[in-house]
Amino acid sequence: MTDISNTAKPSADEVVLRYFAWLRERTGLSEERLVLPPEILTVGDLLLWQSRRGHPFDHAFAKPEAIRVAIDHAHVKPGAKVASAREIAFFPPVTGG
Amino acid sequence: MTVRVSTADFDISAEMSRLTAGDTGIGGVALFVGKVRGEVDGEALASMTLEHYPGMTEAELERIEGEAQRRFKLSASLIIHRVGELKPGDNIVLVMTCAPHRNDAFAAAEFVMDYLKTYAPFWKKETFASGVTRWVAARDSDDEAAAAWAAQSE
Repeated sequence: MTDISNTAKPSADEVVLRYFAWLRERTGLSEERLVLPPEILTVGDLLLWQSRRGHPFDHAFAKPEAIRVAIDHAHVKPGAKVASAREIAFFPPVTGG
Repeated sequence: MTVRVSTADFDISAEMSRLTAGDTGIGGVALFVGKVRGEVDGEALASMTLEHYPGMTEAELERIEGEAQRRFKLSASLIIHRVGELKPGDNIVLVMTCAPHRNDAFAAAEFVMDYLKTYAPFWKKETFASGVTRWVAARDSDDEAAAAWAAQSE
């Protein structure tokens, strides 16, 4: 996995997207940095955008209802706004304990 | 009030001595230890690998511990969760709650486990003796247990 602490800070518009468990495996990514298209306002918009992004994201995000999202280390619901997010994480329901 | 994420195993006796040292107001300690089962639906397990979300994990565990402090009369508490590759029989998680009276200690330990299973960002991947690997699916019953606590506070 990529160590985020060793990489440069994102620019103002950039957001870090992080992937865990089978989402990490299916996307082949631990994290990426990008500027989200301006039409993405909510977490729900972002999940839909991921599912239409093409291979391998279409496969990884085929069932958005099975995916949980956190913004800046806090759980959020699909209606949450992404505007001020610095880090958005995607993962399956948690299975610790 | 401590949370820790670690690849290393924990020493329950040493942790309890440390947690209760100097506090004679403690009348009882409840503890829960989660362990790796050697069989899943009749299939032999070779190992279990725990992944987590560094940063968010600690934040969620501290939030859960804080919520337990708010709901119950606790003197001290501890959550240790292991990550990395574990074998059948290995310890996964330790929750220890200390209180003047046992009811708060028991209830708080159960509360912490129920919330941890629903909110703390850990994921288990099983590797079977056959070589097959599989991500563990979340159980609806864990969400329901957390929801039942949430309903109580309303």
